[in-house]
Amino acid sequence: MDAHVAQLQMQYRNYILSLYQQGFLDDQFTELKSLQDDGSPDFVAEVLSLFFDDCVKLVGNMARALDQTGTVDFCQVGANVHQLKGSSSSVGAKRVKGLCINFKELCEAKNYEGCVRCLQQVDIEYKTLKAKLQDMFNLEKQIVQAGGIVPQVDIN
Amino acid sequence: MEKGFSPVGLRVLVVDDDPTWLKILEKMLKKCSYEGSLLLFLCFYTLGVHLLNFLCFCFNPLAVTTCGLAREALRLLRERKDGFDIVISDVNMPDMDGFKLLEHVGLELDLPVIMMSVDGETSRVMKGVQHGACDYLLKPIRMKELKIIWQHVLRKKLQEVRDIEGCCYDVGADWFTQAQFLGGGEDVSFGKKRKDFDFEKKLFQDESDQSSSSKKARVVWSYELHQKFVNAVNQIGCDHKAGPKKILDLMNIPWLTRENVASHLQKYRLYLSRLEKGKEIKCYSGGVKNMDSPPKDAEINSGHQSPGKSSSYAFLKATETDPKQLAPASVSDPTSGVHMPPKAKKTRIGYDPPNSSGVFDSLLPWNDVPDPLESKPPILYENSFLQQQPLPSQSSYVANSAPSLMQEEMKPSYVNEDEFLMPQDKNSTVILQDMDLSAPFSSNATSNTDSIPGSLNWELPEAHHSGSLDTDLDFTWLHGEHFFANSGLQNFQFQDYTSSTSLLSEPPPHLWYGNDRLPDPDEYTLMVDQGLFIS
Repeated sequence: MDAHVAQLQMQYRNYILSLYQQGFLDDQFTELKSLQDDGSPDFVAEVLSLFFDDCVKLVGNMARALDQTGTVDFCQVGANVHQLKGSSSSVGAKRVKGLCINFKELCEAKNYEGCVRCLQQVDIEYKTLKAKLQDMFNLEKQIVQAGGIVPQVDIN
Repeated sequence: MEKGFSPVGLRVLVVDDDPTWLKILEKMLKKCSYEGSLLLFLCFYTLGVHLLNFLCFCFNPLAVTTCGLAREALRLLRERKDGFDIVISDVNMPDMDGFKLLEHVGLELDLPVIMMSVDGETSRVMKGVQHGACDYLLKPIRMKELKIIWQHVLRKKLQEVRDIEGCCYDVGADWFTQAQFLGGGEDVSFGKKRKDFDFEKKLFQDESDQSSSSKKARVVWSYELHQKFVNAVNQIGCDHKAGPKKILDLMNIPWLTRENVASHLQKYRLYLSRLEKGKEIKCYSGGVKNMDSPPKDAEINSGHQSPGKSSSYAFLKATETDPKQLAPASVSDPTSGVHMPPKAKKTRIGYDPPNSSGVFDSLLPWNDVPDPLESKPPILYENSFLQQQPLPSQSSYVANSAPSLMQEEMKPSYVNEDEFLMPQDKNSTVILQDMDLSAPFSSNATSNTDSIPGSLNWELPEAHHSGSLDTDLDFTWLHGEHFFANSGLQNFQFQDYTSSTSLLSEPPPHLWYGNDRLPDPDEYTLMVDQGLFIS
């Protein structure tokens, strides 16, 4: 049993580290984790679900704005990008945030094709992150079910 | 008087359209307060009750209210008039610009506002400064940045206390420091003290401040009250004549004090000057170029992320300078002399415009001259200068106004001048307004000044002095003389100036006193030599 827990914990640790190493997450995620305490044990999960809901909404808005048959309102798209940038910075979604920076420039340049492509990338990226974090939460659940505690992963 | 233990928590209102951030900030702020409470207990045994009193105020479990819309936030603030101590707001909001919210809060409620954004662009940060934000935080926000927000509240409280108590508090020290500043070009002692937030020293040395309530009942300027205020101001007419006392009398509200009106007037002027800035900038071609200092300034302010404390300070400095410079002519209200000394001290900072706006250099000395300013009505200075040099009068005028504005929300400026180059530019434009103010100026000058020859010999059109600082400041009062805009005229003026040697020899002591203190004498000389004074 203990060996099993230890193995799960090791798996968990490696997984988290890989997420950071691959650039999916940054320091802000660490901060987010540090805010979680006994008083709010599901804090990270709650914040992340808020974030992903926001992603869906914003990506939807941008898709609609870019889908206009007439002139595309790049300001509108830009505003949404800005919001997404803010949101992604709140959870430490590094790749999404990086994409937003490019996206903003494309909006300012009114580069339609560029924007469309970037939006597709954003879409893929946040969904990938969502899947990865879901796996992480599953691992946590497994550890707890196996009787262990979720380890604090020190990134540095 | 010994203050009892009055545990009042810090009440924060967070406004952000991003639900993720709202949740995170709420959690972060609550976490700050838990840690703060521990600090409180430690302090109890080691420090005096005075410090403890303030800490209690700041560090007790804080109450966080979150809000997703600016209008909702305003509604909340207005409903619970004394219910919040500080507002943290995002810059981008769907229903209202964050800066607008900032202005409303500042005008109506006089609460410290911290702006935040994921965007750290220079122009945005500067905009925040201009609109009176206490700080500008970059997202993602760190705990250490939130931990120091209580300092903004405390600073405001201290200022309020000072407002109430009048000029008495620490005038000597202020002047001294200002002198140092002038001499050294960079504030050392006072600024550093504040910078290091040496609360203990500050609190213990200002016993008089502490004797008054550290938490005075804040006057909330409701819409109706503000309307009355505006009506009173408009009734009086020229802004520069609108002194707090007159406004107070006109408003006829028994419980309102002159200090309340004075501080609100400052804010109102700042607000108006900001509105007018757009118009002014077009009219004013008097050589005030937009310095490339803004980027520098921005750099300083943009780096908010890591050094939370230092970034706040940097921002504070910028903020300090800014109001000063944007100060609409406040006035030659001798009765508001009570505000003079502290203001004068503060105006010192940032009054170092680039050569192109050299005309304003002379303003510096005036601002820094503590005693004369204190003892003589502003108008006196203006008069004397007016007669000798348009520029100095202008500066004295500004000195008067700037200080009053400074008083309002300013912290002592202890930043080095460079940071304020940009605001200085604004200042220049504002000064123009101030100049305009002098409608009665020219006529009063003679009557008010004993020592200075009362004739305005300048070919300078008197019009420039007769402009009144109307709130809808437009430069038409210049009567087509464009006295700021006309550099040619400047030269012309200069000749007049030099020819009146008698006037030159007459400047009141404070004038020369001020000159000596010019941090950059070369600039001043340049100004004079080139006739860069605003005629």
